[in-house]
Amino acid sequence: MLNRFMQMRLRDLVILAVILFALPLFLNNPFHYDLATQMAIIAATVVGLNLLVGFAGQISLGHAGFFGLGAYFTGIMTSNYGWSSVPALVVGAILVGILAWIVGRPILRLKGHYLSMATLAVGFIIAIILNNERALTGGPDGMPVPAFTVFGWELSPFGSYNLLGMELNGSEAWYLFAAVVLLVAVWLAQNLIDSPIGRALRSVHGSEVAARVVGVDTARYKSLVFVVSAIYASSMGSLYAHFQGFITPAVAGFDFSILFITMVVLGGMGSTMGVILGAVVLKLLPQVLADFQELETVMFGAILMLTMIFMPKGLLPTIQMAVGRRMKKKAGGQA
Amino acid sequence: MSALIEVKSLDKAFGGVHAVEGVSFSVEAGQVYSVIGPNGAGKTTLFNLISGLYTPTKGEIVLKGESTAKLEPNQLAERGMCRTFQQMQICMNMSAIENVMLGRHLKLRSNLFTTLFRLPSLLRDEKACRERAAELMEFVGCGDYLDTEASAMSYGALKRLEIARALAADPKVILLDEPAAGLNAVETAALEKLIRKIADQGTTVMLVEHDMKLVMGISDRLLVLNYGRVLAEGTPEEIRNNPDVIAAYLGG
Repeated sequence: MLNRFMQMRLRDLVILAVILFALPLFLNNPFHYDLATQMAIIAATVVGLNLLVGFAGQISLGHAGFFGLGAYFTGIMTSNYGWSSVPALVVGAILVGILAWIVGRPILRLKGHYLSMATLAVGFIIAIILNNERALTGGPDGMPVPAFTVFGWELSPFGSYNLLGMELNGSEAWYLFAAVVLLVAVWLAQNLIDSPIGRALRSVHGSEVAARVVGVDTARYKSLVFVVSAIYASSMGSLYAHFQGFITPAVAGFDFSILFITMVVLGGMGSTMGVILGAVVLKLLPQVLADFQELETVMFGAILMLTMIFMPKGLLPTIQMAVGRRMKKKAGGQA
Repeated sequence: MSALIEVKSLDKAFGGVHAVEGVSFSVEAGQVYSVIGPNGAGKTTLFNLISGLYTPTKGEIVLKGESTAKLEPNQLAERGMCRTFQQMQICMNMSAIENVMLGRHLKLRSNLFTTLFRLPSLLRDEKACRERAAELMEFVGCGDYLDTEASAMSYGALKRLEIARALAADPKVILLDEPAAGLNAVETAALEKLIRKIADQGTTVMLVEHDMKLVMGISDRLLVLNYGRVLAEGTPEEIRNNPDVIAAYLGG
């Protein structure tokens, strides 16, 4: 039986896949590909954060901390200890998951502003540690990260590849890789949402009292989703490190955390496709506004404010509602 | 003889106010047991204590021979306790049927692995869960709303939906807090039938309700609270003729 949810997920995944694989038709230089790759990696991070914020109704203002930990774990293990990329990513994600669980248990008892402050602090602490552990992380100067390798095969922005007879340069290959990663990230997130676990998570948001009386151990589920979203962030941090080839503590910083949460809110909390749109818009805006030079930040802020005032549900849900209403009107007019 | 729920000299104080004071009673399995009393008598507080949302100041509640003092609401749910609320607690971010499926939370065996990769075992469980939820929605009379968003449903339908969610857990005892509040006469008559059907299936029903006609018609026993204390306890016939109750209600 195809229920409403399953139809929606299939539709969303297909649309996303079509967009992702059609996009190269409009990208005509390595800079565009790099931007698109960054977008895909960040979007996958935000899809994970949306599980926590949009679906379970909790907040994290320190998620870049987990992103940064993943990036640095990968950086340190691959460059200093000669690990291969996949083990570094997986072990990093597991360690970050454990850390998130340990930190999450006590702080997720907090609500609202207090939870915001606590998660903000988690992010700050991680950023400070990365800044200060000079011997390991290179401190504020950052550190280089080698290219992504699997079984000796290397994915580098400067390489050239052959995929099913297509000649690809490094940027194009990275983009395709990131696009597939994003699709997988979305697929996993959708599976989680449309399941008993997902209902329990959403009930924590919808009515915590109701959740508890039907038997949901709300503390456990909040920790679970915190861990899952931290693992998303850590894994994507690892990929980001490989892709950029160089990382600084800024990847774990406050600005990045706020950027992530803004993408979720702007795109549409609780809408997986929405937050991807949020990521795309917020990565694109600075490029588009670059022509305005010193007014860039002002315009950036103004656009955010106006969107929130006139589209409080976020970009995509608002657009979907408007389209739905129009279609209904049309159907009504014809009848 | 062992009662399903035994409440022993229960006390709940909020600061200096004793919302519930020295309340004792017991509920037999299969009964419809109602709690009545004027506004502020402590009925909802009593329900919150029984369902574990509040911790008693003194006294204890025994469910099937086990003290519930240390149990969280979700652990009580595991032991067959379910409830609805006077202020409905519906998850407005889900569809109607998802709310009912949520009620089956404890019946479902899923882990992160089967969930993330959507393995066949999960799909089978979900299909069965959805079918059962649809049955229950039919049973309470909102079978037309399966995939409607909860936020788009009427008040009366949501009230029934909340009952369906509580029933989804196959509870031993279901606590209904003012299910008829805000319903019209037709809806109340339908509710009475529904409560009877639930009781006929062997589920114990505890009811807080102001609608006397409904309560007197349906209850096996009643507990009358006034200012947090027990004013009277007995069958509807005994309560109707109890001079204290008449005085409290009619101001004699």
